[in-house]
Amino acid sequence: MALNQAFIGKIYPATAPYEVGREKIREFATAIGDFNPAYHDPVIAQSLGYRDVIAPPTFAFTIGIGALGTVMFDPELGLDFSRVVHGEERFAFQRPVTAGDSLLVVTTIEAVRLAAGNDILTTRFDISTEDGELVVTTWAVTVARGITEESA
Amino acid sequence: MTATVSWADVAVGTELPPLRIQLQRVDLVKYAGASGDFNPIHWNERFAISVGLPDVIAHGMLTMASAGRIVTDWVSDPGAVLEYGVRFTRPVVVHDDEAGAILDITAVVDEKREDGTVRVTIKAVFEGATVLGKAQAVVRLA
Repeated sequence: MALNQAFIGKIYPATAPYEVGREKIREFATAIGDFNPAYHDPVIAQSLGYRDVIAPPTFAFTIGIGALGTVMFDPELGLDFSRVVHGEERFAFQRPVTAGDSLLVVTTIEAVRLAAGNDILTTRFDISTEDGELVVTTWAVTVARGITEESA
Repeated sequence: MTATVSWADVAVGTELPPLRIQLQRVDLVKYAGASGDFNPIHWNERFAISVGLPDVIAHGMLTMASAGRIVTDWVSDPGAVLEYGVRFTRPVVVHDDEAGAILDITAVVDEKREDGTVRVTIKAVFEGATVLGKAQAVVRLA
């Protein structure tokens, strides 16, 4: 069940813009139990130098979740979605995601490998404004557990 | 951005105020809705058990978000976080009861850089074992 090695370096074109809304940021921050005023109160966020409320760092994963789905469900890749777990996640910010941003996600397959019977996929998401300003880069490592790892 | 912690006041070994977080089933449902991750292992016990898990488990990204709060609570301005990464090493099992799962989060400054930033290493413990590996954030201090 090895993944298709030809996918290394593959770039998926930019998605339709993701419109970052104030209420979505508040909903996400509330869902993670975080009431930092920078996520909820535009006046506080502006006093910190931001245009509007900012998103918690891990919200950037949610912006890329659709693009990650496109990769994982790509039949040419050969990933067994039923056995997938999230292995690693990383973010590198140029600035925080801010309400009012309209963001495009360009997806690159950075690595495809087999280790200890598991298929391991590293995907990079470059998240930029429609004007081309890079806001955040995220990396997701997804692992499809090999049959030999099965504990059931 | 304006972190409320001054770079000059921080040394390698500085400990951040610890954080205890409780995750109940309702928190997983809320996170599923807010994040768009509706994988049934995070809300459907029957499905979770059918794929070999002991019970429903928390989203890794919810654990990551919870652990990251130790840093953003410390500096007040979440925009001071320049980098944040984790490895998911062990599932956080959330039973269908009032107790839920308790995460104990601690963190320490382990590198101080001349550019006004520090690196913080975070530890997240559930039922006596760490659930995140290489959990590190780079933060710009005032």
